[in-house]
Amino acid sequence: MSGVDGFFNFFKGFFVTGKLPFKPKVTVQYPEVKRPKPERFHGRHVLNRYEDGMEKCIGCELCAGVCPARCIYVRGADNPPDAPVSPGERYGFVYEINFLRCIHCDMCVEACPTEAITESKMFEWSFVSRQDAIYTKAELVVDDEGNPRQLPWEDWKPGDERNTSAWMRATSPAGVAAKEGQPLWSGELGYGVRPAQAGQSDPAAADHAAPFDKAVRELAGNALRGIGVEGSAPRGIENAPQKPKHQKGNKK
Amino acid sequence: MSTTDTSNTGTGDPAPDEPKRGSLADRLLGRTVPGGPQLTSMLQHKTSEGAQELLARARTQAAELRREGGVLRLPEGAALDPEDIDIDVPSDETMILNIGPSHPSTHGVLRLMVELDGETILRSKPVIGYLHTGMEKTAEELMYHQGSTNVTRMDYLSPFFNELAFSLSVEKLLGVEVPPRATWIRMLMCELNRVSSHFLWMATNGSDIGAINMLVYGWREREILLAFFEKVTGLRMNHNYIRPGGVAADLPDGWRDDVAAICEAIPKRMDEYDNLLTGQPILQQRLQGVGALDAQTALDLGCTGPLLRGSGVAWDARRDTPYLAYDEVDFDVIVGSEGDCWDRFAVRINEIRESIRICQQILDRMPEGDFRVQDKKVTPPPRSRIDESMEALIHHFKLYTEGFKVPVGEAYVPVESARGELGCYIVSDGTSRPYRCHVRAPSFANLQSFSTMARGGFIADAIVLVSTIDPVLGDVDR
Ligand code: SF4
Ligand code: SF4
Repeated sequence: MSGVDGFFNFFKGFFVTGKLPFKPKVTVQYPEVKRPKPERFHGRHVLNRYEDGMEKCIGCELCAGVCPARCIYVRGADNPPDAPVSPGERYGFVYEINFLRCIHCDMCVEACPTEAITESKMFEWSFVSRQDAIYTKAELVVDDEGNPRQLPWEDWKPGDERNTSAWMRATSPAGVAAKEGQPLWSGELGYGVRPAQAGQSDPAAADHAAPFDKAVRELAGNALRGIGVEGSAPRGIENAPQKPKHQKGNKK
Repeated sequence: MSTTDTSNTGTGDPAPDEPKRGSLADRLLGRTVPGGPQLTSMLQHKTSEGAQELLARARTQAAELRREGGVLRLPEGAALDPEDIDIDVPSDETMILNIGPSHPSTHGVLRLMVELDGETILRSKPVIGYLHTGMEKTAEELMYHQGSTNVTRMDYLSPFFNELAFSLSVEKLLGVEVPPRATWIRMLMCELNRVSSHFLWMATNGSDIGAINMLVYGWREREILLAFFEKVTGLRMNHNYIRPGGVAADLPDGWRDDVAAICEAIPKRMDEYDNLLTGQPILQQRLQGVGALDAQTALDLGCTGPLLRGSGVAWDARRDTPYLAYDEVDFDVIVGSEGDCWDRFAVRINEIRESIRICQQILDRMPEGDFRVQDKKVTPPPRSRIDESMEALIHHFKLYTEGFKVPVGEAYVPVESARGELGCYIVSDGTSRPYRCHVRAPSFANLQSFSTMARGGFIADAIVLVSTIDPVLGDVDR
């Protein structure tokens, strides 16, 4: 390379960096501002209840059996005939998850035959003791309105309690394309039957309500804007919400 | 009789027939007293392979070096001989320097021992194992349908490739054919993963050679891809998405727009990085001619991936042993000529462009249909069927408690990961857990080329070398 060329290239490189202060930022002011979380996000588990308040867990121990980290402990018991806890014969009598071991793989969610265990969107938590990390049934079962219980060491943000049905409800987990777009999920206390993603059943359904659906495009769009091709920023960026909207007041 | 300065008795002359023992300092450092016994440093850690440390040159005679050569995987007959290197090195003026294991430029917990003469590297030895967590052993404990939660953690920068290699091997044993949509989803995720992995490499490589702002840009670009992975799989790393039988879920709504946005943004960014990095005289001087590895040596050392292609060997498993549907898409295999760091840099940068090209074709050609095999023995029945049919419920229970049984046999399927040939070798004894699960990790094989490349180079170049080998220590140690 000739010296003159090298000299020019030298400044071209500086130009790439030098124009960035005048471009929109791609970072957010965490923790005041948080990026929206996708529907399929794996967060802290919850144990769901049916719309009538009955617990979904039947104590079958499938979740404990499939967990690759072996962090679930379940013991089932027969339902008391006068005050049944779950609609079936048995219910989850003891239910514990050790979150020091959990890898949030969601195998338990897939295995559960009654959709009892799912994951919320909350992942910002810090325990101060091992005891706190072992969640018992009382902490995992949703409250009387169907919202996850918020423990003192957990940092819940508005919206984290939504979409607790995890990603299984969104698309058919069993791989049958024909069943896509149909909710394969029983109703939940406080939420009813949550809608399913359209999947292949409606290819035009690109703009889903969840704010995260635009997050990728927003990031990519900022990357585009950063190099001065504003015109080509993908649609949906201008009106992408900065923060997820607070849907439901659930601070007790 | 004179008193030797190595005597630690201090009370008189040692008996002439008693072996000289050396002082405490000698024993600590393993210095051998002339005429005394061979001393091993008390500070050395011993392994079954012998000491991890570089031994004093006086003690590493040709035979010993050749033995060590086995450990270091140096090509036959190239046992390190300092006289090879064209400088005058009195052995007591060299310095042994430890780089790592906690050094920002070793990309994880890699420890490099180098013997230096001034700034020139005479010998070097990568010491690995600091991240060894016995994952291959863990794989024997997990059922096949749990297996991808484990293998995905090996090469944590390209998790989809690990899952893919594992799944393809299990499917080969099972003899199942995954539906086309699953194949194309797998291809899409893997190519995007290659892009994200190469971006992280650009980031760390940039920071290693002084282009610190590249570190930030690389992470920024990778974030676009991770946001997409997060949307598809629910996790940013360690996805557990590609599984034996297909993928865990269909692509989410809006994936076409996302992939289109990625395919639009990244090539433009790449042009920018050509200005920022490729055209820079400083960067060129830093990379060109450094750590050249000729094609034959690269093959001898078992290198694969960008390292091998940089040396001029056009070997790409995607093209040469087609898996998934790579024979249906159009892409170029990027090959270098000199095998120096500059070639490896160029190979990776252009591979990002090729991967984006593949993604664009996938976007146009993604087939519709099932994303998992409809085999009740391998994949769970549709969730709504659980409520409808007792048979489906039984299959669901059996699958999640016992897993699926895999016929006796062994299978090895290589895939082209971002780092090279990644293969999973599985031996099945007919149960629902692998009898043995070995992963042929590209980082491990590629790292062996370090000693060969670093010999006679500068210490500052060692950092660049590690960077362009691009090892992931989770992949090396497993
Ligand atoms: S997410 Fe995975 S690791 Fe965590 S409890 Fe469920 S199965 Fe176990
Ligand atoms: S959470 Fe689901 S899988 Fe686990 S014991 Fe309860 S019903 Fe069974």
